Amino acid sequence: MTAAEIHQPETGAMLTTADGAPLKEALARAMRRARFRAFLLVVPLLIFVLVTFAVPIAQMLYLSIHNPVFSDHMPRLTAYFEAHPDIDVPGEDGFAALALDLAASKKDRSAGRVGTRINYERPGSNSLFKSGARKAAKFKGPPYKEKLLKHRKDWADPHLWNVMKRAAQAHTLGFYAAALDLTYDKKGEITRVAPERRIYVMLFVRTFLLSALIAALCLLLGFPVAYLLANLPLRYSNLLMILVLLPFWTSLLVRTTSWITLLQSQGVLNDLMVATGMVGDDGRIQLMYNQAGTIIAMTHILLPFMILPLYSVMKTIPPSYMRAARSLGATPVTAFMKVYFPQTIPGIGAGCLLVFILAIGYYITPALVGGSTGELISNQIAFHMQSSLNWSLAAALGAILLFGVVLLYWLYDRLIGIDNMKFG
Amino acid sequence: MALPAHASIGERVWHYCYLVICGLIFLFLIAPILVIIPLSFNIEPYFTFTYKMITFDPEGYSLRWYDKILTFGMAAPEALRDGSWWRDTWENATWLHALKNSAIIGVASTLFATVLGTLAALGLSRPEMPFRRAVMALLISPMIVPLIITATGLFFFYSGAGLAHTFPGIIMAHAMLGIPFVIITVTATLSGFDHSLSRAASSLGATPVTVFRQVILPLILPGVISGALFAFVTSFDEVVVVLFVASYDQQTIPLQMWNGIREQISPTILAVATILVVISIALLSTIELLRRRSERLRGISPG
Amino acid sequence: MKTMRVLSSTAIAVGLLVSANMAGAGEITVMSWGGAYTKSQVEAYHKPWMAKTGHKLKSVDSPNPSAPIKAQVTAGKVSIDVADVEYSDAVRYCDEGLLEPIDPKTLPAGSNGTPAEQDFIDGGLTDCAVANIVWSTIFAYDASKMTGAKPATMADFFDTKKFPGKRGLRKGAKANLEMALMADGVPASKVYDVLGTPAGVKRAFAKMDSIKKDIVWWEAGAQAPQLLADGEVAMTTAYNGRIFNAAVSENKPFTIVWDGQVLDFDLFVIPKGAPNKELAFDFIKFATSTKPLADQAKYIAYGPARKSSAAFVGMFQDGKTKMAPHMPTAPANLKNALVNNFEFWADRSSELNERFNAWIAAN
Repeated sequence: MTAAEIHQPETGAMLTTADGAPLKEALARAMRRARFRAFLLVVPLLIFVLVTFAVPIAQMLYLSIHNPVFSDHMPRLTAYFEAHPDIDVPGEDGFAALALDLAASKKDRSAGRVGTRINYERPGSNSLFKSGARKAAKFKGPPYKEKLLKHRKDWADPHLWNVMKRAAQAHTLGFYAAALDLTYDKKGEITRVAPERRIYVMLFVRTFLLSALIAALCLLLGFPVAYLLANLPLRYSNLLMILVLLPFWTSLLVRTTSWITLLQSQGVLNDLMVATGMVGDDGRIQLMYNQAGTIIAMTHILLPFMILPLYSVMKTIPPSYMRAARSLGATPVTAFMKVYFPQTIPGIGAGCLLVFILAIGYYITPALVGGSTGELISNQIAFHMQSSLNWSLAAALGAILLFGVVLLYWLYDRLIGIDNMKFG
Repeated sequence: MALPAHASIGERVWHYCYLVICGLIFLFLIAPILVIIPLSFNIEPYFTFTYKMITFDPEGYSLRWYDKILTFGMAAPEALRDGSWWRDTWENATWLHALKNSAIIGVASTLFATVLGTLAALGLSRPEMPFRRAVMALLISPMIVPLIITATGLFFFYSGAGLAHTFPGIIMAHAMLGIPFVIITVTATLSGFDHSLSRAASSLGATPVTVFRQVILPLILPGVISGALFAFVTSFDEVVVVLFVASYDQQTIPLQMWNGIREQISPTILAVATILVVISIALLSTIELLRRRSERLRGISPG
Repeated sequence: MKTMRVLSSTAIAVGLLVSANMAGAGEITVMSWGGAYTKSQVEAYHKPWMAKTGHKLKSVDSPNPSAPIKAQVTAGKVSIDVADVEYSDAVRYCDEGLLEPIDPKTLPAGSNGTPAEQDFIDGGLTDCAVANIVWSTIFAYDASKMTGAKPATMADFFDTKKFPGKRGLRKGAKANLEMALMADGVPASKVYDVLGTPAGVKRAFAKMDSIKKDIVWWEAGAQAPQLLADGEVAMTTAYNGRIFNAAVSENKPFTIVWDGQVLDFDLFVIPKGAPNKELAFDFIKFATSTKPLADQAKYIAYGPARKSSAAFVGMFQDGKTKMAPHMPTAPANLKNALVNNFEFWADRSSELNERFNAWIAAN
């Protein structure tokens, strides 16, 4: 007997279903079943997205804090560091571990990989490790310290030992430090890298600012158009809508190609300006391979993402509000600013957030038209993935970017609700 | 938008200025896409209008770049154009190879995304669905997370799982990227869906499968199809993931374009781009027709 | 659920079928640098090899094949059988265990009977790589647009006052820093000594700074002649063969300035875990034998890596241009030339490239 049933008023008999079970329980059971059925429909997709999306991203995040190259290939030295965490430059025992590991790494050809790992933080270590491994493979026995120092004096460099000690820890935040232009100095203290090597913080800031600028430009261009579309009779607005939707449906690479043909210094726009005498033939304007190129092309590409949410909000604003304001004596400007504009704010928020979120992750367009000053953080992630192959650093940069996007996405969901996203 | 009769001069001036501004913005939106179409017929290997093109001299125009789409990558492009020439084209032409891959990947991933996405959308649009908001947020997130991050993650994951450089790997990745679009369009169609219809059908003795096929499916079909088209376009246009996890056997059209632009931008790219613009116009028209049909079905006035 | 399973298994089956079909037996994938260079290899190596052996060969391109092969080997999924890489990368990757070892003794002797180990130019054979060509990074200009004085030295390239206009440069630290130092007056023999010091690096970047606002970066080798032809730049650094081909076969008025050229080898390597190792090795043996190496010079101005090939180098494919004076190793072109120091770059490339990235990204 549940408490609820005990307190049933005596006058009315307890409600039951046809087979005598209490209605409340039956309903609850039916509800549970319905919830379960609904959930069951989602399960296949949920598993699919978890496997193809969530797991890979989790793996990437793990890689950003986990780099076992050193500890895998230098096991004796790693064990030595664990036993002696405080030593700067060790004596014979430490060097023995180093020499034996180096000799082993010559055999399995891993010296280059270990050298590359140390090279991230101490340039010049690559050749040190490779030649050191070749030498160490020939050592017949101790004294290892003396023999290694005879090979190269660098082996006694406290900075080298510092870097090795940190690299021996497979789990590290070092790549996040690198992704924020930080490094460990020779004493092992965290510090900013030399000014001429700072790049990532600047790129994050640039990505952020350019995305904000692009969102603002999209708003500036999108607002009047959305207003026009929302207030024209349907048969016109449907036609004009095609002009918004066609770019939306056109391949990103096609649009980027178009901008290349337009913006080149021997391209259509410059030719037009030369032909009309706006600039001389030798005064052609550099519109591409710089920030201008990135901004122009990305504004064009993302503009539909601003117009569509604005339009759907403006569509719901009754024109009678404006007429009422005017008849009450407001000037057109006042009526617009005080009555119409505030009602479009949800659309502005949705459009700006959407454009901003999409812009900060852009890679293809900046890579093709941005040159070097128009590059965004994604281009550096791609560089470390594909060229320098410092994957842990790429993962750390990606994780920071991801954090920013997730934060904005959460904000979007809070403020606008993802259910309200619409296309076309 | 028509001006009222009592509008002042200032208002009139502003009104026309406003229309001109809007016209310029529309020009900004559409001109870059249209400008490549005539340029792709340029007889010269330039990306700008030649004198002959502006004066509409037929000699300034040619189909040579379209021909190049067929011949690029062939073993013997100069041979006589008979049966074996066409076989050579079909087997070796780089763009056709890319087209075949794009088609295989696009169709397979669209099927995946549509089936899984529609099922999930049916569940998500039920009022009883638990954790609706969180699940929805997760399922939509592939659209929001920057592709470079998704691609990076997939690269590591696929390398370990043996899916890198395989068609199934890319098909799964593209299906995942297309799913948010299917969910969004199908749930939008379902938002106007009257659930009493399916309850009525059930109470009249229809099995759940019958209810789905006879009642729900006809009503949500336009949404499903436009979701599928979105998913297809997503796959057909995607390059970052392909760049990271595909090998040269899975080269797609956008990847070939990307390589072409970075390597040696030739007007062949413009010819391909023109063909893609024509395809997107066709897709857009299909979507538009579907949307109107869906609204008619659901009794909403066109809008 | 059933339909889904059917669908998914069909999709996977289709995928497998397609991939199985394309990776059929007797086919290797060779990765090279694209454009005119790949074309020359197709004519001189690929087609004769296919005709001789009956196997198929798929040629794929990359702006720099070393990165994809490293990514593939590290990720454990290799689809490239043979790659064409620069010297420093060949040495570094060999040390990192990313390449299959190649025993020089198994390579065929030269046509005059000289064993392979003596036939290759010094340094042309390493533990894992076989050289095919000697190439160089030079700079070139469009003579039709350069009225008045013509640039003649590396210093002229870095002098935008005397020779106004944009400059094309390869996006990366390698070769650019050396050229900057040579332009700044460092003799070729001292370049790597100077660049080895922090002050030298600073000096190189300072020189680059002086033209920074006029630089257009290129990545793929084919872009350089394209930039020049389109008039996007007044001068550009380039791989010498690309400029030669544009000038001779496309009649572009390009002139190469050999002063301060940076010489390098290109070598064939087999990535560790290549799917068709045996065939790949067979291809390398064939391609780097005397005759095919000499044949390549018919299609592009790169010097063959075997001494015995020199006797067979004659005319360009047009039948009227003598190749010898266009080779980077021609005595007249070697007056002020630098040989790329692979050991320096194996050690310093990640450091200097990071600094380079920071430098170009800054406004």
